[in-house]
Amino acid sequence: MDFFAFVKPKNELEGSAEKQQNKPFVPEEMWVKCPNCNTLLLTTDMEENLHVCTHCEHHFRMTSKQRIELLADRDSFQEYDAQLQSTNLLDFPGYDEKLEKAKKKGNESVRCGVCTMDSVRTVLCVMDADFMMGSMGTVTGEKITRAFEYATEQRLPVVICTVSGGARMQEGILSLMQMAKTSGAVKRHSDAGLLYITVLTDPTTGGVTASFAMEGDIILAEPNALVAFAGPRVIEQTMRQKLPKDFQTSEFVLQKGFIDAVVPRSALKSTLVKLLRMHGYEEVK
Amino acid sequence: MSNPANNNTYPAYEKVMAARDAAKLTAVDYIRSLFGDSFIELHGDRRFADDKAIVAGLGMLHDTPVTVIGIEKGRNTKERMDRNFGQAHPEGYRKALRLMKQAEKFRRPVLCLVDTSGAYPGIGAEERGQGQAIAENLMEMMTLKTPVLTILIGEGGSGGALALAVADEVWMLENSVYSVISPEGCASILWKDSAKAPQAAEALKMTAQDLFDLGVIERIIRQPKAEDKAMFESLRLLVLRTFEKNAALSDAELIEQRYQRFRKIGTSHIK
Repeated sequence: MDFFAFVKPKNELEGSAEKQQNKPFVPEEMWVKCPNCNTLLLTTDMEENLHVCTHCEHHFRMTSKQRIELLADRDSFQEYDAQLQSTNLLDFPGYDEKLEKAKKKGNESVRCGVCTMDSVRTVLCVMDADFMMGSMGTVTGEKITRAFEYATEQRLPVVICTVSGGARMQEGILSLMQMAKTSGAVKRHSDAGLLYITVLTDPTTGGVTASFAMEGDIILAEPNALVAFAGPRVIEQTMRQKLPKDFQTSEFVLQKGFIDAVVPRSALKSTLVKLLRMHGYEEVK
Repeated sequence: MSNPANNNTYPAYEKVMAARDAAKLTAVDYIRSLFGDSFIELHGDRRFADDKAIVAGLGMLHDTPVTVIGIEKGRNTKERMDRNFGQAHPEGYRKALRLMKQAEKFRRPVLCLVDTSGAYPGIGAEERGQGQAIAENLMEMMTLKTPVLTILIGEGGSGGALALAVADEVWMLENSVYSVISPEGCASILWKDSAKAPQAAEALKMTAQDLFDLGVIERIIRQPKAEDKAMFESLRLLVLRTFEKNAALSDAELIEQRYQRFRKIGTSHIK
């Protein structure tokens, strides 16, 4: 578990026992229950609808692979630094096992590369909740820093889709330092007059919120994503305060003035492309 | 229940207890000892409020005017309530940034004194953008065109401490700690048992010596006592010498040095 991994239930399949009783011959992965409206959806319908509930528009989490397919033009994503691997730098108890398990699902909590979006060239970094809840370790920080350094050198914009439980505590102080390191790289890119857009997805919390997630020139969020510094459970436990309804959702932080817009997934790519073009980034032939 | 801090198998946790010791000196003590009567406190973020968890202002180190920013926990119950136990709100970090920008304008060096269990995790703090306030400090401090030095004088709790620690050099008192999460928080998340905090403190590598060995800090400072005038004079000279060294650099050199300082941390294993 990572610092904020417990903040919100995962949108995982629930009530599978009940389902098996009712539909004993149907493999359960054919169906998925919407955690928001409890409607049972055909997985293929949900996937075709960009992983959004066809009934209530709840946005399911996407893997980095799915999100790259959503945003990058077909086959345009060239991944960089995929070879960088997290290691147990501090000999933290249990971290080796956690990493081994996580690496079965992907090679790091972020994938970075260059792609085109409607033929506009951009650096794209996509975080992945499947890898230790998108927590930021030294390799995560290094990949994001390299992505910004590359973008600064090549004069490219950067788009980052965030999903993170925060800093990865198994890397101790070194994970905390990634907040400063990535922020420094964002600042250099910004000082070079280049555009940085963040897309906050569910959940974006902790050290990622308190660094590059909140440093975009333009900050977008998917509907109803958890966006927080301290997660709601932490606040409830430590402060014994009852939290207001819809506290720390995308809509809440929009109303408080901390993000620019809430954009549904169906309009995400077109919105990004519009913004890129308005900043003078042109189609590559 | 026995106090785990008494158990010598967990020396890191003893340091945690020492860093939290209510009898130790707090930021206002250090400010008084270093700057004496020259200190003038400056208040407010000009946007929302004055956060009393952060004490900031101007003072003279010998002949040099310095902007000093400290996180203050308070020295007794009343003060601690008043100071919100040294847990700053966004307006505290914004006050700090305002005064750092002012220091840049007037070419004054900045001294930050950090002692916090973390940024305040509460409703108002979230509503006013705690994450955004910390993020902005990290970004802006990275290119602040004046020397910045941070000393951890007690607890260095996560992002709330880092928001004042993007500096040219970071020093720690021998009994201070600096960590991504409290050992109690770490133990309760990982092992569902906050009583395992002593083990977590070892695992997190959060003592001054650990951080020095990891290349995260430049110097470990002997723990001073309030009446130890000679010790404070040598600290004053050490701070001044560091400011002078960095003030001699061009803006571009200073900022490049600060960027590279953070750029290289934890990269030795990365190919």
